[in-house]
This record gives sequence, C-alpha cells and structure tokens, in this order.
Amino acid sequence: MTDRLSARFAACAAQGRAALVTFVTAGDPDLATSAEILAALPGAGADVIEIGMPFTDPMADGPAIQRGNLRSLGSGTTLKAVLAMVKAFREGDTQTPIVLMGYFNPILSFGPERFAVEARAAGIDGCIVVDLPPEEAGELAPALAAHGLHLVRLATPTTDAHRLPTVLDGASGFLYYVAVAGVTGANSAAAADVAAAVARLKAATSLPIAVGFGVREPAQAAAIAVHADAVVVGSAIVDAIGAAAEARANDIPARVAAQVAALAQAVRTARHEAAGVGAGQENAA
Amino acid sequence: MNISTSLRAGPDGKGHFGEFGGRYVAETLMPLILELEAAYTEAKADPAFHAELDDLLKHYVGRPSPLYFAERLTDELKGAKIYLKRDELNHTGAHKINNCIGQILLARRMGKTRIIAETGAGQHGVATATVAARFGLPCTIYMGARDIERQAPNVFRMKLLGAEVKAVESGSRTLKDAMNEALRDWVTNVHDTFYIIGTAAGPHPYPELVRDFQTVIGKEARAQILEREGRLPDLLVAAIGGGSNAIGLFHPFLDDEGVRIVGIEAAGRGLDTEEHAASLAGGRAGVLHGNKTMLLQDEDGQITEAHSISAGLDYPGIGPEHAWLNAIGRVEYQSATDTEALEGFQLLCRTEGIIPALEPSHAIAAVARIAPTMGKDQIIIANLCGRGDKDIFTVAEALGVKM
Repeated sequence: MTDRLSARFAACAAQGRAALVTFVTAGDPDLATSAEILAALPGAGADVIEIGMPFTDPMADGPAIQRGNLRSLGSGTTLKAVLAMVKAFREGDTQTPIVLMGYFNPILSFGPERFAVEARAAGIDGCIVVDLPPEEAGELAPALAAHGLHLVRLATPTTDAHRLPTVLDGASGFLYYVAVAGVTGANSAAAADVAAAVARLKAATSLPIAVGFGVREPAQAAAIAVHADAVVVGSAIVDAIGAAAEARANDIPARVAAQVAALAQAVRTARHEAAGVGAGQENAA
Repeated sequence: MNISTSLRAGPDGKGHFGEFGGRYVAETLMPLILELEAAYTEAKADPAFHAELDDLLKHYVGRPSPLYFAERLTDELKGAKIYLKRDELNHTGAHKINNCIGQILLARRMGKTRIIAETGAGQHGVATATVAARFGLPCTIYMGARDIERQAPNVFRMKLLGAEVKAVESGSRTLKDAMNEALRDWVTNVHDTFYIIGTAAGPHPYPELVRDFQTVIGKEARAQILEREGRLPDLLVAAIGGGSNAIGLFHPFLDDEGVRIVGIEAAGRGLDTEEHAASLAGGRAGVLHGNKTMLLQDEDGQITEAHSISAGLDYPGIGPEHAWLNAIGRVEYQSATDTEALEGFQLLCRTEGIIPALEPSHAIAAVARIAPTMGKDQIIIANLCGRGDKDIFTVAEALGVKM
C-alpha cells in the first residue's frame, strides 16, 4: 500500500524539519466553507491534516473545539458527509495525509467495519479516537488495520514508564504526544518539558512524534518543532474560524491559510534558527 | 431462567458486564483509572477500611435505614403488601451519601486533596459537598445551568457546605454536560483531584465501586424483610436514572430466582415522544462518559437530550450493569411518565405522610400500577431513595400552584 503518512514524515525529516499538522473540525462553520478551508491547507503549508469528526459531547476538548463541534453539528454535518468531503478533497490532492480525529460513539454507530471500508475509499490515512484507549481498541483496530488505516495512539504527561509499552503496543503512523494534562486549547507546555518528553518517547519507539495541545502561536510551534517530528495546531485555528464565522466574514479560507502559512514558516525554519542562535551564543561565550 | 453461575460476580477484569461497561477515557486519564482500581482492590481487602466506613454509615449517615410497612398505601392499592426502604431518611435526604462516604475514604487513602463531582438534581452534589466538609477537603461541583434553575434549594445547600458550584452552560445544560465538564476538570488536575462520580456509571471501576457502596441498601433490606416476614420479597421496585439506588437494592437479590426485579425509567412526556429519559426503552448501545451502555442517540451516533420532570433522572444513559441485566432479562425495565410520577408523589404524601423526591415517585407510580395485580400475601419492596423537599417548587409549578 502507499502510505502517505510515512512518506510525508520521511520527506520532512529529509528536509531536516518538523512537519506541521493542522486541525480543523469538519463542517465548521458549514460543510461548503469547511471544504474550501481543507483545500487551502496544503498550499498554506500544512504537511498533515487532522479533521475533527464532530460529536455532541467532546469530553477531552476545551471551549474552542466544543464550539467548533456545535457549529458543525448545527449546520447538519454527519459522519457520511465528512467522508464525502475528504473524498472530494482527494480529487485535487493525492499526497497530503489526512487523519480523522474524534470520539468513538459516532464510529460505533456507523459500524467499525463499514467505517474502515468507507474511510479507506475516501482517501483517509488514519484515525485518532480520543476515548478509545488500547484496552478498548479491539473493537476498531482490526478493521482499520485490515483496510490499511493507521490507529494513532496518544501519550501524555501521565504516561509513565509502566504505561508506555501498553500505549506503544499496536501504535502506528505516528505517536501523538499530548503536551499538557488537560483539554485542547488550554495552557501550553514549557519547551524544556516537551524536549524531555520527546527524548523519552524516542528512546522507546521509532515512530515519528507529533506534539500537540496548547500550541497556538508561531513562536510556540517553532519551539516545539526544534525537538519533535511534528507540531499540531488545532484550537487556535478553530478559534479563528469561529471568530470569522461570527463576524460573517466571507474570506474564512483565506484567513485560515494566512494563519497556517505563518505557523508553517515558523515550523520550517525552527531548527535552522535554533542552530543559528545556539552557534551565536557559543561564539559570544 | 436458568442461573448456572452467580449474576453478582461482574464485572470481569476489564470492567465489562457482558458487552457493556469498560474504560473509554482519554489516555491522560487511563493511569488514574488504573490507580483507582488498584486502590479500591486494596481497600476492599482492608478490614480497617470497612470498619471506618461502617462506623460512618451508622453514626454519621444514620444507617440502617428502616424498612417500613406502608399500611395505608397497601390498603389503598388493595394488593400486595408494600414495604418502603427508607433511604430518604439518611443524612442529606437521599441514598447518594452511601457512595460519597465510601469514595471520600478512598480519596483520602490515595492522598488526594481536592474533590470534584457532577450533579443533576443536586442530591449527589449535596452529598459530595457534605463529605468534603466532613473531611475538610475543598470541593467543586459541576451542575447544568438548567438544573441550577430548577433545584435552587440544593444549590444553596452546597454553598452553605463550602462547595464551589460551577454552572455548566454547554450542550443541554443538564447532568450529561455537568459530567463532561467534571471530566475536563479531572483531566486538567490529575495529580491532586479525586472525582466522586454519583451514579453506577462511568469508566471502570466506578460502576463497580458505586454499586458496592450502594449495596448496603439491598443487604439491609434483605435482612430486614427476612426478619419481618420470614421470607424474601416477591418484587423489588426502584427508579433509574444512572441507576445507583436501583443497583444498590437489586444486587444482593440477583441470585434469588423467586424475586422479580423491576427498574423504572423516566418516560417524561411519553415514550412515543422525543422527550423522555428511557435509555433502555428508547436507546441503543453506544459509548459515552467512559462506558459502553444504552444511550439516547440519533442515527449518526450523536447524543440526544433527555427529558424528565425529575432532574435526577434526566440523563441520556444508564449504568452498564443495568444495560447488561436488561440484555440478559434478569431485571425487567418499565417506565413511568412525568404525570404518573406526579400522581405517585401525591399518593405517597396523602397515604403515608411521606413527601418523596420525584425520582422515587416514579417507583411509587409503578408500585401503584403493579401492586393491585398481585395477591395480598405477596410482598413488594420499593426503594424510597430520596425525600421531596427539594422538589416542592417543581411540583407546585406542575400542579399549577403559585407559591
């Protein structure tokens, strides 16, 4: 099988830089706008796209993504429509990996086998199911694996040495490191803590490490991009979509693209800048 | 029904009752859930834990609660003898305290220094605020903004007891949203916080430990009826939201084949409308709040809003053990509408001088329906899990009385 995720991570690594992963909720603020946002993301510099499947009760998400979920559901988004949107996106982009992120109930309701078949056919590369820890993954993981889809696992600040092997057992695609114990969009982690966590995870797995939760600004993204294989930005983009939707802006995709371009620029130059600053400091000393 | 092995042995090692239960939580919470499970296993085997729990239940909660023969209600319904398990006489006026005492002892054992909880009607919030005050721990209660409007007396009680009450404005602004918000708090404050879940639901081990702390109801009732009547009852009846009072009464009787067991869901404005809270009658299997259970949901797996006149039953799910007992047919689940519950409420006020909460009024409504079809030598035990002081404003409004 062609594995868009592995190919993209390898390509970024070959360029000596981290990948930028951007999150948007499907159907936020509505399906048509959402499809336009999606189409604009690769050109703006998103290396991997995470698409949120809306759910009424997003227990692991903060206010920004909760509101994004409600805007999407309010405009009538269904799981079927999310898959159709990705399928349409694939007609214009066969290279950018797409990972669906959401909660288990809509998938269970759709049927895990049917979900795997249709997600694969739509051109989806993997899934993150927030409330499906390894202990319960048996209901979905075999169907995804059978159809060549990655089930991405999450590690967190509470994942100790005892827990980590359980998380890594069956992990594929990449490992998502949740940088802060909390909901999406809350506080941001200290760069030193992230660096230590990434080093600890890298010692235990050869999977790329993506770091998310609390990354809002280009500078924060750059600080993480120095250490991690990928940086995930979600709530900041969803917040911007929400603000633009509230203001009835008619250029939401362009606004999102500008925001993502700034993040991409920061992520792409982060290691170079860090090396330069480091060298400068050495010279000064 | 052929009962070859005990029905009281569940859940299995992974927290499953048949296909229901489990641990569907964010990875951040998994180590905490596993830590809680280990701490509870250890506590269960520790005689000192039980000694302290029993002492508090006796001297602080006021247990055992009486098993009362409701003579005039029995005369009025002209059927089976009706006994009421008087858990509304507990300190704080409901069964919720049984569980809260148990959980706060666990919290203290685990070295946790901050308590959070969700509440619907406010009974669990009051019980949690009570034990937090008793043990000197700070406490935050999440409550749906709509429930805050209809349960003002309990909100004030919680504040008097020193708890911070946080209004939840998201979603349907009721119990399910309060639970979402409590889970968000927990995932953010993992190191010092203990989440006291109020019903026999949520990720394993909560359904098991809440049930265990509530089975004091059924254990007492079993001993009391054997003492009074020299035999087991023919029928048990209890109302079900999440189902903690019901599983507490039912569980010690599950292996007694001759005991018919009936749980009563809230039918709201009717099962044929979309405004009810009967997740067994009107829902299907799904995953919410850490467990797989029967849920009210639309065809796309989105959770739909429940409705009941009783804030304590206004929840789109049910504890996983009930979902399993329903699936295997050991417990029979019926429902009562808002109107029937109001009639049950008034019936008990008038015949027994007891003002019940709207939650057990659903059970009384079912008793009023079933007792007349039974013989006078037969015995019913109904769980009177809460008193109705908190509900008088809701009832007055429903009856068109201006206070």
